[in-house]
Amino acid sequence: MKGILRGAVRAVQPVFAGALIAAAFGLQAQPQDVLAPAGPQAAHIQSLWNLTVVVCSIVFAAVLGALVYVLWRRPRADISALPDLSVHMKPESAAMRSVGGAVVASVLLLLLLIVASVLTDRALAHLSLRDALHVQITANQWWWEARYDDEQASNVFTTANELHIPAGRPVIFSLRSNDVIHSFWVPNLHGKKDLIPGRTATLQLQADRPGVYRGQCAEFCGLQHSFMALRVVVESQAQYEPWAQGQRQPAPEPNDESKQRGRDLFLGTSCAMCHAIQGTDASARRGPDLTHLASRQTIAAGTLHNTPDNLARWIRNPQQFKPGANMPATNLSDDELKALVAYLVSLS
Amino acid sequence: MNHRAMLPLLMAGLAFSFSACEREQRVFDPPQGAASAPKVRLGSLQPGQPMGTAGEKAPSLPATPYTFEGNAFAVSQGKRLYRWFNCSGCHAAGGGGDAGPPLSDDRWIYGGEPNNIFASIAEGRPNGMPSFGGHIPEDQLWQIVAYVRTLSGQLRKDVKPGRGDTLQASPPEASRQPGPPKGGKAMDGTEAR
Repeated sequence: MKGILRGAVRAVQPVFAGALIAAAFGLQAQPQDVLAPAGPQAAHIQSLWNLTVVVCSIVFAAVLGALVYVLWRRPRADISALPDLSVHMKPESAAMRSVGGAVVASVLLLLLLIVASVLTDRALAHLSLRDALHVQITANQWWWEARYDDEQASNVFTTANELHIPAGRPVIFSLRSNDVIHSFWVPNLHGKKDLIPGRTATLQLQADRPGVYRGQCAEFCGLQHSFMALRVVVESQAQYEPWAQGQRQPAPEPNDESKQRGRDLFLGTSCAMCHAIQGTDASARRGPDLTHLASRQTIAAGTLHNTPDNLARWIRNPQQFKPGANMPATNLSDDELKALVAYLVSLS
Repeated sequence: MNHRAMLPLLMAGLAFSFSACEREQRVFDPPQGAASAPKVRLGSLQPGQPMGTAGEKAPSLPATPYTFEGNAFAVSQGKRLYRWFNCSGCHAAGGGGDAGPPLSDDRWIYGGEPNNIFASIAEGRPNGMPSFGGHIPEDQLWQIVAYVRTLSGQLRKDVKPGRGDTLQASPPEASRQPGPPKGGKAMDGTEAR
């Protein structure tokens, strides 16, 4: 019996997962999957999900079975006969037994789900936090800021929309919001957690399987809610360390005339009003930190691949891709834009 | 009530809701004005790295005033930018003034009309007001202008922001009453114009 159930769950799951992914991302194959846990937290949540699917499927099948039986069984009386009202005069012991049995079964199954839910919650709280990495996430309309904390102030660095975390090491996320309610959700790693303005939430997780996982804001937060994604790159400690070391460095100096001009444009026009590039005078924090922009795979919170062409089109008119985003269009001339992109692409 | 009596009511309701649409209309592709340096810079103080120097010639005030005065969305964007671009650093969060003159009273040293305020932000003013022309795109400048005018209660009540993203000690802009704009004295006591 148990084997059959497990088989049924396996058969149903890909359909669910496929429908979810297709609904959320169109045809784009993205590694965002509730049913492919990459760490202990997501695995706990998945086993609760499995149990719930099994229990609900059994109940659904039983109810449908009862309905089909009632429709299928032969009427006891002749169609032309008068209604037999004598059943109302005596107790209906058989019906009482069926209804009573169903009520008891429902209560027991609900209790089972409650107990399983409580146990899952407890299991989630049992993650060992020894030697944990602290990351502060701040949600904005519509992008994510990540600040990697360290006891040594000089080791703190800020990046945006793309997190790297070492595999097998617990991570504590402090979650804040700068404007409206957002929700942090990387389905392969953990459940959702809301970011409420003025409050700090925490989320503890651990990723064991290296890979790239997609996260998504899961609380409607305005026009571009659907384009508020983040990438979480899980890699070995040996790969993570050099990355973190690189992020701590200030931006590389421009090494030719075009990049030099791009940097002057960045600092002299509207870019520097919102963005920061460490190592230059630009230190505003209203938009993503661009110190190591070229090291990221996507721009605009997972909206576009990070290519020079996309970067140019995005700077020219962000509203074309994310209408309502807080970044305004720029009216730089073509060669100014080219110089600016040349500089930004060099920020590795 | 018969159906014929319902019709004018229905029309009135529709007209009412259409006016609300305009109030909330969001324009994401505004006409691209010059984000270039303004004709006149009255001070050398600028955010970021200076582009153009004081007194340099280039187009300044937009030929046609392009304002967001009737649009609630643009005014709240202006409120956001007022904080983002640190207008609040000198003029205080509610416009009460600190190092810079207050914006919530009825005194306007350089004029309280949208064009005057636009010019003050774009060109800068003596004694500390930086010149933001070229650093803030024109449509965002207009949003800030619209918001600055709500600080002294000059816009329609239904477009003024009723709340803020952060804690606010002063009453919301929506409940401020307009006073007639007057000329005023500059910070150092000299009479402007």
